[in-house]
Formats: sequence, structure tokens, C-alpha cells
Amino acid sequence: MPKVKVDGVELEVPAGATVLQACELAGKEIPRFCYHERLSIAGNCRMCLVEVKPGPPKPQASCALPASEGQEIRTDSEMVKKAREGVMEFLLINHPLDCPICDQGGECDLQDQSVAYGRGGSRYHEHKRAVTEKYMGPLIKTTMTRCIHCTRCVRFSEEIAGVDEIGALYRGETMQISTYLEKAAKHELSANVIDLCPVGALTSKPYAFEARPWELKKTLSIDVSDAIGANIRLDSRGREVLRILPRVNDDVNEEWLADRGRFMVDGLTRRRLDRPWLRRDGKLVAATWAEAFAAVASINPSASVAVVAGDLVDCETMFAAKQLAGALGSSLLEGRQTGLAYTASNLAAVAFNSTLGGIEESDAILIVGSQIRDEAPLLNARLRKAVKRGAKVFVIGPVWDTTYPATFLGEDASLLFNLPADVTEAFGAAAKPAIIIGGGALAKGALEAGLGFAERFNLVREGWNGFNVLHMAASRMGGLMLGYAQPGGLADLVAAKPRMVISLGADEVDWTKFADSMIVHIGHHGDKAAHAADVILPAAAFSEKDGTYVNTEGRVQFAERAVFAPGEAREDWTILRALADAFGVNVGFDSFEQLRAAMIAQVPALGQEGLAYYGALPAAPATADCAGTIGYPIKDPYLNNAIGRASPTLQRCSAELLHGELQAEAAE
Amino acid sequence: MADRHPEPDSPELRARWGNFAWTEANAAKAREIVARYPAGRQRSAVMPLLDLAQRQVGAEENTQGWLPLPVMEYVATQLDMPIIRVLEVATFYTMYNIAPVGRFHVQVCGTTPCMLRGSDDILAACKAKGMKKGHTTADGLFTLTEVECMGNCASAPMVQINDDNYEDLTAERIEHILDELAAGRQPKTGTQEPGRHTVEPVGGPTSLTAMVSENHDYRGEW
Repeated sequence: MPKVKVDGVELEVPAGATVLQACELAGKEIPRFCYHERLSIAGNCRMCLVEVKPGPPKPQASCALPASEGQEIRTDSEMVKKAREGVMEFLLINHPLDCPICDQGGECDLQDQSVAYGRGGSRYHEHKRAVTEKYMGPLIKTTMTRCIHCTRCVRFSEEIAGVDEIGALYRGETMQISTYLEKAAKHELSANVIDLCPVGALTSKPYAFEARPWELKKTLSIDVSDAIGANIRLDSRGREVLRILPRVNDDVNEEWLADRGRFMVDGLTRRRLDRPWLRRDGKLVAATWAEAFAAVASINPSASVAVVAGDLVDCETMFAAKQLAGALGSSLLEGRQTGLAYTASNLAAVAFNSTLGGIEESDAILIVGSQIRDEAPLLNARLRKAVKRGAKVFVIGPVWDTTYPATFLGEDASLLFNLPADVTEAFGAAAKPAIIIGGGALAKGALEAGLGFAERFNLVREGWNGFNVLHMAASRMGGLMLGYAQPGGLADLVAAKPRMVISLGADEVDWTKFADSMIVHIGHHGDKAAHAADVILPAAAFSEKDGTYVNTEGRVQFAERAVFAPGEAREDWTILRALADAFGVNVGFDSFEQLRAAMIAQVPALGQEGLAYYGALPAAPATADCAGTIGYPIKDPYLNNAIGRASPTLQRCSAELLHGELQAEAAE
Repeated sequence: MADRHPEPDSPELRARWGNFAWTEANAAKAREIVARYPAGRQRSAVMPLLDLAQRQVGAEENTQGWLPLPVMEYVATQLDMPIIRVLEVATFYTMYNIAPVGRFHVQVCGTTPCMLRGSDDILAACKAKGMKKGHTTADGLFTLTEVECMGNCASAPMVQINDDNYEDLTAERIEHILDELAAGRQPKTGTQEPGRHTVEPVGGPTSLTAMVSENHDYRGEW
């Protein structure tokens, strides 16, 4: 714990801290471009110069200088001021003055810092360097003349994403950032370099020239594209959400966001259900709300009703539907749309117990039936960190391209019972062993076998719980907490032959199984369920309603409404409340506050932000049976939900990055 | 230097170099080079292997040698490293030719000491031979490049042609060298000043004269 003096104030800093961190602890702002907390130190922008004694009588780059005992650091001296002005002047030599047409304008580090630390004028009269544009795929727009060579993007793709695809070619003034042969950046976290870029060199292609940051209303929300529950910010103007950015939450997404969560935003305004529809003579025809409710009420299902929750819905919607079904006398609730039927009586056995931050500390990880890069890209970045710390990773399931060394054991789920010797050895010796069971394995009944594995290798020990189930749907844990699970899964609902099935945006269900039921679809996109529906009641997407989401860890998080639903679409709970009136039953709430209060009364954990406690793991059953070749459920990671399928950006990603289609652009 | 660009990726390039592999001798050399580094650190060998590959390409097409993209990819696979990291190295160092060159790569130093000693005349002499900066002559013999300091300031002006330096040049001397090379003969390398061996003072030593023939202890005389 060295003691240093920053601008005359003495303070103690953690061992291993840099001078820059020491200055920050002292409350001093140090300008920087290349330095980033989550990346390695490059020390090449020179913006963070400070004066340090003892040392050579010249300014020092504080980001790369370790703080040591007795240092006297000045951030306010004449030397530092001059040094910053000098560095800024050099950085601006080749930087174009095109801020008025630059998308970074208003949120640009270079702009802000040149105002704060620059000289205010230029003495440079020679020609500026110009660099040709580099193609980086459908998501990243490049204007490489603006690049200041901080190499954050290079370090991100190498260190965090684990895919060496961006590099710095040539040298000195002619250095250029590019991918190999200007191929598209294909990684599922690739767009994070847009946030990292301190200037306007890498900007968002779909968002190009859409808005200025000061025009946007910022709303805190939760990503629904997977079960990680990344914290996001919705930037909206008027009635439209224009972009999605990650928020910092070290427990969940650090400060990254998967590409599909970021770019599904343009799906929110397309293929929307903005008015009720009724099926008449086999064809959907537009209707009014009154006609739609009359049609639903005409079939009074009484207790013969079932509810299927989709992947994107919030807990409040599921609770309202549950109350409605309950008032009608039914408890046929299910959220696992593809027919999974694992036991959900003990929620600890179906949660990601290690937590996303905790899995980084694990030293032996067995992944069973999960293509993590498709199913939870942000978890893959965590696993990569664990491997960097020395963790061994084994995978049961078809081979996929991990971004870290991993051993693939085979494709059959029964391997869980006869693991090779090196695996058992690694897990026997591990201090924090962990298993991650994915959807592909749950389909083969691996949950019980996984519990057996947990017992055999003592995965739950003092201060550590290594038993993890990785879900893929944002609504899954919330649904399970609210009882959206039948012992036999969706098959139970089919077997009950309900007269009416209420779909809460359930687009992944094989609706042909419910051919004899009236299908009432409460959803926001004209996707698969809308094609099968008899009545369509237009509802709100995640950005258009307040809601509670529970991620795969069991972390309860709240999202807020950014904009209103389009057209005649209404928030889901109001539709369900009106349905109760149509059926003449009482669901016990008249406002959103009452609904939330009733939900919290029933499931208190949903009212408490943060990790829900599910109790201890159940004992492993004496006999467990799992066998069969594992297949991964996500066929197209860009188009795995209704919003994504409606998004032109993600459609293009899918076509270009997954299927290798080249999209020729017309000459402008 | 700012105009360096890799030879564009084309089907012809792939067809010509896609099957590049070490010759037997070079394979042994490559193994020996990789073995110099600790296990798992094989990518440290990227620079010598790129040089080896460039020389093999040169031997194949009788030029100084260059690095087509498929050859860089071959080196990347050999060292199990991402191709972009290989390209970074190859584009950083100007000694790697990333576009085709001729039989003799004439690199004329134009930095201050050479310029003061008449490198402009050397360049003019080269140009008089039909060379053009950044281009290869039509007969494929010479490629002309102007480079920065090569560290031969004491015998300026100088050019580097493939692996050899030619120093103390005048327009006539460089013409002679180029003629000799074009004729297939190997001119004298190093300094071209008659009577000079390396970079000792022209016209004999002016200081430490007592040291010329034998060791001499000057300490008593200070």
C-alpha cells in the first residue's frame, strides 16, 4: 500500500495501482484516450502526462507508471498543462475538423478533451493525412481519417473478444487500423469497439446520421435478447427508440453488449402489430378492440384455458396472465416454448448459481450442451477471463469455435456418466469447479445427471456454488418463479386440449399442436405466433413498458418505458385486465402499481432488485438418465427472437456474416 | 513509404502462391528457427520466418523476393498465429517487400548526411538508367526505392542493393555498379573509394595515429 502525494494531498493507494489510478483516487481528472480500465495498458496516446517526483525532469505517462512509495505527483503544474496542450496539438494535426458531420460529435472524447485541455488554436498549416475507409462489416462504419491510433479496438478484439481480427497495419503516421483484407468483423461482441473508440473513426453503421446525443431521451432498460439481462440504455427521440447502448454493471455485463442486443433496435419499428386482428374464414382481418374482445368473450373458455409465455415478456405480464387464468380456474401455464420439461420445482437447480462475475474465478468448467457464443455472448467473455486465469474448460456437445482453449469430449449427453480420466482429475483437484448446463443438454434430460455431477465433485462448497444452468430467454427465470412450468412441459398443455390458448408473444411454439384451440396472441411483432393466431391483440415491446426481468442467475432487474407502443397497441397488462372484464372475472388489480404489489405479495423476491435466493440445491436423484446426441437450439444467433427477425440490420448480419452472402451496395 | 500496400488479393495471386510450402532446406531452417524460442512462444519466430519466406519467393522467381498474402498466411499457419498479426509485422518493417520487386532492389538513402554528400546525384543516376521510384524497370532487373538512414553516414552517400551495401558513391560509381549487376557480375561491395577499407578516415587516420599498427597506451599522455 504505497503512500503518494497528489497535488499536495497525501493518500494511500492499493499496491499495483498506476499513477493514473492514484490521481483518480485523489479525485483528479486525468485526460486519456488509449487507457481503458478493462483493456491492457498501451501508453501510446500520451494524453495522461503528469509530473512525478522522483524521476526524470519531464512529464510521465501516468497510465503506464506504477505508483510507488513517496511519489509526489502534480497534475496542476505549468509543465503538465503545457504537456497536455502539446499532446493535444499533435493529436489534432491529422484529425479532420469535421465534427459537424461526425456521428461522434457531442459524445467524443477528443472533442471534449480538446475543449478542456487544448490550446484553442492550431499552428499547423501543412496538409493533413487522409486514410481510405476500411470495410468492417454491416455494423461498424469507419472513417479512418479520424483515427488517433489509440489501439483500443485492437486490444478489445484480442483481449476481450478473443478473436484477432482487427490490427494496426503500417507504422508511424501511416498506421492504419484494419481487419485482414477488410473482411467484416464477425465476432458477436464486435460492435463494442464503437463505444470504445474515443473519436469518430468507428461509429455505428445503422445509426449513422440518425440523431445527436443531446436530442435523445435516455431510459434505463434491460436487454431481452438473451438470459444474461445486460443493462442497457435506450436512446429515444419522439416515439422511436434510435439506439441501444450498454450501461456499466460489473456484476452482469461489465460494459459490453452483444451485437444482437444492440442492433435489434430497428426491429422495434418494423413488422409491428399496431391494431387488433381477427381470423375470419381462415384469413386475418383488421378489427377494433371492441370486436376483438367480443370475439374472445364469445368463446368463454372458463377453466379450459392455457397460457404460453414467450421469451421476451416481463414478469408483470406473466403475472397478469397467471391471475387471469387463475380467475378462470386454470393453472395451465408454460414458458418453455420448445417443449423442454426439466423439473423446475427447485429453482436453485435451474439457476446460474456461480453468478456471472463468480464464474471468472472458477478453475475447472464443464459446459454441457451449450453453444455459449450464440446463447450468451457476454458469458463467453467471462469464461475467456477464467481461462486466462488458468481455468480448464471441457465441453460436451458438437464442436464450436471457442475463443479460448477448450477440450471437446464428444457429442453424447451420456458422457456425463463416464467422463475421461483427465476431466475427473481436473475436477477432483479444482478449488472452484463448475458445470454449465445449456438448453441443448436440458433437452436430453441432463439436469438430474448434472446434479449427480455436482454431488460427485462437491460443486457446492464453502463460499462457492458451481452448479449452473444457462437459459436463453429473458423471461425464463421470471416465468419459472411465477410457476410457468408444467411437469410435462408444453406437452401437458397440448394434452389438456384447452379451448383457448393465450400466447404472450410466444413465437417459438409449434402452434399446429393447438389446431383445435382458439389462439389469442398478445404480442408486438407479426411473427410466427401471429400467423397461427385467431385473435391478435397488439401489445408493447420491452421498450414500451415498465417491467421486471430476472436473468439466468436469478438477478431481478427493472426496465423502464422509453416510448409508447405504436398505433392501437397497448401495454400487455392492460390487455389482460380488459380480457378479465370480457370474461367477467376479477383479477384483483386495476393499475400497474396494484399489479406489481400483488405480484410481489405472491413472489416477494420479484420486488427486491438483485440476486434472488433460491435455497440449497436439491439432492441428486438416485437414478438419472440422460443420453442422446446433443444439438444446439439456436440456429441463427442474430434472428433468434421476434424483434431480431424484424430487424433489417440483423437480417443483413445473418445473411452476410453467417451465410456469406455478399450484399453489393449501389453506387451513391 | 506511405505508398506501401500489399499486392491485392486476386485469384491469380492465389493460383500462383496458394500452394506455397517450404523447400526441404528451408523447412529444416524454419524448424531450427522456431526451436530457438520456448515452447508455446513460437510466434516470436515470425520475423525470421517471414524473411526466410521472402528469400524463398525470391529464389523461385529470381528476384529479391517479396511476400504475397498467401505466403504470409502460410507463415501464420506454421506459427499458429492470427494472420492479421503477421500482416502487422510485414507492413511495419520496410525490409519486407509486400509487393513484387525486381532482381535488384536498389534502396537509395536520402537522409540528411547522404543528401549533403550527393544522394541527389545517385538518384538522378538511377533515374537515368530508366528507374522510377517505387517501380520496377521493364526488364524486371531493378526496383528503385528511396529509404531513410541505413547507418552508413561515415561513408555517405550509399545504396543498399539486396543484401549488400555500396558506399562512397558518385554518379559514375553507381552507374558502374548497376552495369555490372545488369551484366550478371558481382561488383565490389562496401566502400567504393579506392584505398579505403571500411569507414576509416579518408586519407589516413588523423587521430589515435599511434594505434594504427599496434596497441598504444595513451593514458600517460592525457
